[in-house]
Amino acid sequence: MTESPVTPPDLECRDIVRDFGDTRAVDHVSFDVPPGSFFSILGPSGCGKTTLMRMIAGFQPPSAGDILIKGRSVLDVPPNRRPVNMVFQHLALFPMMSVAENIGYGLRRQGLGRSERDEKITAVLDRIGLPGTGDRRIDQLSGGQKQRIAIARCMVMEPDVLLLDEPLGALDLKLREHMKVELKALQAAFDTTFVYITHDQGEALVMSDRIAVMNAGRFEQIGTGPELYHAPATGFVAGFVGDSNRWTATVETRAGDGGTIRTAEGLTCSVASLPDAPGGQVTAFLRPESISLGDTGASGDGRNRFDATVDTVYFNGANSHLRLTVDGTAAQLDAALPQTGAFQSVRAGDRIAVSWGADKLVCFPDAGN
Amino acid sequence: MLTNGTILRGTVATLLGLGALSTSASAETLRLLTWGGYAPEEVIEMFTEETGIEVEVTKSNNEEMIAKLRATGGGGFDLAQPSQDRIAGPQAEFDIYKPIDLSKIETGLFIESMLEATKANTTVDGEVYGVPHVWGTSGLVVNTAEAGSVADYTDLCNEEFAGKVSYRLKRPTLIGFAYAMGLDPFAAYGDEAAYSDIVAQVEEKLIECKANVKAYWDGGDQLMGLLRSGEVVASMAWDTGGWKLNAENPDITFVAPASGALGWIDTFALPKKTKAEDAAYKWINFVMKPEIAAMITASAGNFTASNGADEFADDELKARFQASFPQEAIDNIKWYPTVPAGLEAIEGAALDRVKAAN
Amino acid sequence: MSARLSLWLLMLPVLLWLGLLIILPHIDMFFVSLRTRVGVGEYEYGLANYAAFFTEPLYLRTFARTAIMSVLATALTLVIAFPVAYFIAKVARGRWQGVLFLFCLVPFWVSELVRTFGWMILLRETGVFSSVLQWAGLADGPVEMLYNDAAMMVGLVYTSMLFMVVPLVTTLQSLDDSLVEAGYDLGGNGFTVFREIILPHAVPGIVSGSIVVFMLSLGNYLTPTMLGGKDSLWFTEMIYSQFIVRFNWELGAAFGFLLLALSSFIVWAALKLSGQTLEKTLG
Repeated sequence: MTESPVTPPDLECRDIVRDFGDTRAVDHVSFDVPPGSFFSILGPSGCGKTTLMRMIAGFQPPSAGDILIKGRSVLDVPPNRRPVNMVFQHLALFPMMSVAENIGYGLRRQGLGRSERDEKITAVLDRIGLPGTGDRRIDQLSGGQKQRIAIARCMVMEPDVLLLDEPLGALDLKLREHMKVELKALQAAFDTTFVYITHDQGEALVMSDRIAVMNAGRFEQIGTGPELYHAPATGFVAGFVGDSNRWTATVETRAGDGGTIRTAEGLTCSVASLPDAPGGQVTAFLRPESISLGDTGASGDGRNRFDATVDTVYFNGANSHLRLTVDGTAAQLDAALPQTGAFQSVRAGDRIAVSWGADKLVCFPDAGN
Repeated sequence: MLTNGTILRGTVATLLGLGALSTSASAETLRLLTWGGYAPEEVIEMFTEETGIEVEVTKSNNEEMIAKLRATGGGGFDLAQPSQDRIAGPQAEFDIYKPIDLSKIETGLFIESMLEATKANTTVDGEVYGVPHVWGTSGLVVNTAEAGSVADYTDLCNEEFAGKVSYRLKRPTLIGFAYAMGLDPFAAYGDEAAYSDIVAQVEEKLIECKANVKAYWDGGDQLMGLLRSGEVVASMAWDTGGWKLNAENPDITFVAPASGALGWIDTFALPKKTKAEDAAYKWINFVMKPEIAAMITASAGNFTASNGADEFADDELKARFQASFPQEAIDNIKWYPTVPAGLEAIEGAALDRVKAAN
Repeated sequence: MSARLSLWLLMLPVLLWLGLLIILPHIDMFFVSLRTRVGVGEYEYGLANYAAFFTEPLYLRTFARTAIMSVLATALTLVIAFPVAYFIAKVARGRWQGVLFLFCLVPFWVSELVRTFGWMILLRETGVFSSVLQWAGLADGPVEMLYNDAAMMVGLVYTSMLFMVVPLVTTLQSLDDSLVEAGYDLGGNGFTVFREIILPHAVPGIVSGSIVVFMLSLGNYLTPTMLGGKDSLWFTEMIYSQFIVRFNWELGAAFGFLLLALSSFIVWAALKLSGQTLEKTLG
């Protein structure tokens, strides 16, 4: 029997641990990234994602575990020899060099001759859509141009893995939205494995093939964007990825997988699936767009139906929403306000009927936060 | 308007008050420009007790005294103590001193011969500018255990003491070497060409001798350190330095050179813009009293021109003086005559060349 | 109107300071330097003092020696101060940074005279180093390390260290760590990262530190005279002796102006060579 040769993943981390004194910054993290994919590590600041990335780049050694690139351990390879390059948070373009010199810096280190270097620099500038900018100084570039030069500077090195450390953080909102799309396009064009770390779920969801959600040094869940959004594995993922209404609640009754819960604000709802919850305490999450507005048919289909009063209308184009208080309770909830015309006349103080399916309410054992 | 006027008047009054305060304070202060040891603390205390005048002492040397007084046109100090040979020249050139009113000085306190000699040397246009205070000599300080054979300045250039001798790069060295070489520089003072010739010969000798020198000393403390540690075994120096070291180490003592020690007299001279002339005269008459003069001798190490102070002087110091100066050595002392203006330039250029030579 | 008045009032102290303490004395000095003594109390105006400088090889030699030694002292100070500054700015963390900085500052709590005496005690024939060498059997007899150019250099470098370390620490602290990391990440080794990233970034600090150290060395009087010994020729010493010992203020003033011209020229040349401007360096 022969095993068919399997292409090893471009990057594989096995059981990585990193301690700083008594603090464990990275706690038994394992993952692999298949060739040519866009992998994001999403987490709040201080969750250990930057430490993890610096270990991959080689600036810090892990306390335990192994890092493999294209199937070979790189633990004993110094950063300047690793087939990995990094786009830094503030890009770290060399201000005393021109654009061409910045891109040529790594090529010179590889011992390439002048003509060969110029060729590669011209090619990569064309590829990122900035031809003829080689002689510019760094401070003459716009934010988006700097971004692309920083990527070009790494890509010209033809790394096996490109690491990106929140490179969009310094850009304004509009440019950030634009760069998300462009970054994804660049990744496809270069056909290189990108590992991207961010605390912005929007960036991660739009660009990534797969996303790891990191919290307190651990990976909570690895999956595609839709998986994380619709089937969060933990309360942290449910709360961190996408917007949610969130309540602490007590299990009232159990029936099969589901049952009913009662929130601290006095809202009683039926739930399609209830976890084992010691003490009956759960945290419940409900996406704003899962809430239907207006009269949505007869009762008896297991939907949760309530009458509510509109507190505030937040108009924000396609992202408009309402802040409501459910009648007879203190429970407030945010509901998406579809701009389809039917609800254009909703004003603060209006009474409105709301409902959501029992399967839309996702509960996790109370994790405290 | 009213307030402004009040404030203004108040300010003026305050300023005037301050001015009055400062003048009244300075009237009772004697600013003395002198050498280390010439105004010991105890003498100042006694003087202040007797007269109520405070004394502010600035320690200096001949060149700095002249430079300081020149910079202010003779101001900033009430009484100065330059050497007697350095008064007439600078006075003629820079006009920094005021004639001394001899009627205000108790001349009976002074050794007469010394007073007369100083008066003669410091007379410019018929006015006397200095009266003597402390006198002494410069010659050789020798560690007799290591360099007993050093008897004259030129012996410092003997090969056996290579790297173990020192002297200053200043005019006394030029003069001393000239005498040791059998020349007579003081006789050539009036003849610039002859003097230049003498200086040229000494310059040659000093350049030749340079390899022997460990370092050219600059300050008394530096020299004392070098001799004390044994890094230097023979040096050109003042007599008091030798006697001070003799008290610590009997091997080291002052030797009057065979060609003659060089004798100097430090004086009292009034800066042109002195503000406390009366206090200055009081100070002169006070410190020349035999018992006070003896206190200064004890502090400075040198004898004074005070008549009868010998009685009060320390016996040990007298003994050291007699050991270094047998009668023929006293007779052989070469007293500095007044330096005519212009000689310093010749000497300076020669000393610069010595310093630069390799 | 009142805005202009208050501007003038604000500038008054600076103008007074510049005028009374810097410009006026220099004008006076300049006139003194043009005078030559021809007899007792008689002076003649002309360039004789400057001519004397250019015709006397001793003055020219001392002048050149002072300039070259100062440049050398500056270069040495830079070479020694750079690693120190890098360590303080980039390697040391938190409290250590302050402590190390303090160590650089400590020698300046005592006067220059005492500092120089300290070196004399260490270097002299009967001094600490000599005794230790003899005790360790590395030297047969007393070793004289004082009174030569090397001792003088040690003194100059020691006196100048802080003035090089401070601007270097400031510029190096402004160097983003990620630039250095990027330098390594893109394949650079320690040397290339230093040459291509750290050094170019530090140029303004190097230039301003060097200017200060050079000026200090050029104008130093105590260290060369006390540590240099019998062959130590230093131009400030020559100015001092013209003023104080020779009573030749005229030549001394001319020397002073020549020293000013020399230092201005060398600073200008150094700025030109390094492609820096004075504004950039001081700003």
